[in-house]
Amino acid sequence: MTHTEDPPRQPSLPIVENLSRRAAVKGGFATLGAAAFVAAISPLRHAAKNSSAAEFMQQHYKELSPEGKAAVIARLESEAKENYGAEVTIADDRPIPGTKFVYAINLSVCNGNGKCVEACHKENNHDRSTNQSYIRVIEMPKGTMDMEQGTTTYTGAVPKDDKFYLPVQCQQCDEPPCVDVCPVKATWKEEDGIVVVDYNWCIGCRYCEAACPYHARRFNWKQPEVPAEQVNPDQSYLSNRIRPAGVVEKCTYCLHRTRRGKLPACLEACPTGARVFGNILDPQSSIRWILENKRVYILKEELGTKPAFFYYFD
Amino acid sequence: MHDSVYILGRKWNLVLDRKLKHRFANLLFASVVGVIATIVVSAAWRSPRKFGESPPLAVAQSPQNRPGQSSKNRPGRAPFLVTVNQPLGPPMIELVGTDPQGRSGSVACSTCHSVRPADLSNRTPETLDEFHRGLTVDHGKIACYACHHLENADALRLADGTTVEYENVMTLCSQCHGPQATAFAHGAHGGMNGHWDLSRGPQHKNNCIDCHDPHSPSYPKMIVGFKPRDRFLDSAHAPSNETRDSTPSETTDDAH
Repeated sequence: MTHTEDPPRQPSLPIVENLSRRAAVKGGFATLGAAAFVAAISPLRHAAKNSSAAEFMQQHYKELSPEGKAAVIARLESEAKENYGAEVTIADDRPIPGTKFVYAINLSVCNGNGKCVEACHKENNHDRSTNQSYIRVIEMPKGTMDMEQGTTTYTGAVPKDDKFYLPVQCQQCDEPPCVDVCPVKATWKEEDGIVVVDYNWCIGCRYCEAACPYHARRFNWKQPEVPAEQVNPDQSYLSNRIRPAGVVEKCTYCLHRTRRGKLPACLEACPTGARVFGNILDPQSSIRWILENKRVYILKEELGTKPAFFYYFD
Repeated sequence: MHDSVYILGRKWNLVLDRKLKHRFANLLFASVVGVIATIVVSAAWRSPRKFGESPPLAVAQSPQNRPGQSSKNRPGRAPFLVTVNQPLGPPMIELVGTDPQGRSGSVACSTCHSVRPADLSNRTPETLDEFHRGLTVDHGKIACYACHHLENADALRLADGTTVEYENVMTLCSQCHGPQATAFAHGAHGGMNGHWDLSRGPQHKNNCIDCHDPHSPSYPKMIVGFKPRDRFLDSAHAPSNETRDSTPSETTDDAH
């Protein structure tokens, strides 16, 4: 019973008693540590400033409810208005049941004029400063299908006598290597065969770009610049809406057009009529007739990617 | 101990043990075969039930398949049509040079040839004069009146002499260019726009002479306009190539 007589002395104020050298050093390091932590998370604070909380919290496209999609689309439309000064409508076009889209190009007719490249650029709201496009036309020496021997920088009058022209865009493979490598499942193949990207789920790792044997994917190095009057206002979430910087994008066979029954923009722009598009499940379609009656070739068949894109000769 | 073993309370010697192993292996094999057989039989038994609603044989289906399918694709709606562009007549010829006021223009063939008989000795462009001087004729070895009508300058004639209106020029072309006509009919030749899905909208196609000048039908050369600036094609990475070196440097000034 001795402690009742001698209770511990409680100081009335939290004064630092006997501040030893050790405690001072500890305190100093603790302050440094806290400062380092703040500095380390400062990019996060900047990120939060640049993108709205709603965008940061957005779910994967496939997990969005109809209401969630509507909210996301409303936000994207208002962002387009805010950042580009353009009134756009972003739809959520879904595959038409019973369709599998297939493209074919007549290499006997294509003369490499590049109108398709330009049409794609305009239709899909590509960055104006880089002339970005999903289509690359390769000028090839006659007698080979080795793409390494081609060049994309040809100019002047076409076609040249000793050359043929090979337009290459996304082949919408049935075994898409780009989909396999995506670490976050931001890209996938839809029921009508189109390989799409959720541009808001993409982390920009560019694995898919490296995996694609057709160089069909593009990376947005910066926020696309498109003048307000040139923005194509007919947009779709998975297709030609203006993509953010730092994500990968690709040809979608203009799904904002083709899922509404229309022909792709590159086909309509082709002055030589080299391009054919259609539903391979329809036995009456032109594409079926071509596959059944023409000499048909697919690019890099040996890789087993099973493209939904065919080249034929007359 | 090595030549006998107790299983199920019985003593088996090694020979019997080997027999037992064989028996187990046989039992296992038989059960696996049985399971596979069951799956196959049940699948075969179910499949006619599953798909039995439609006629079971593909052979029986195929004759009725096509019209049925096309009507199924366009339920209750009249399908839109594929329209082919028709040239506006009458056929015209560009005037060479300009008049004293500096105007150029074109006149219909019938302007002169309704009153002036054709000179059938003109078979090649070299002997043509007056209004035809600017005309390039480079269409095989055919002469003017292989296609143009001798009496009616605004119309065309087939090889058998049948008159064809200028609007139906494709009938004329198809006489010789059969494979192209077939490909055209199947959407594999010639430009188009509109809809691939005729249940949702119409499609519009070019005709032959929208793209091919009938007097010089090979498709003209074009100048490449639009070029993407590919960041991998700047001077540091591009393999030296004659074509590339001769191109203007605008394709290589990528900022990235």
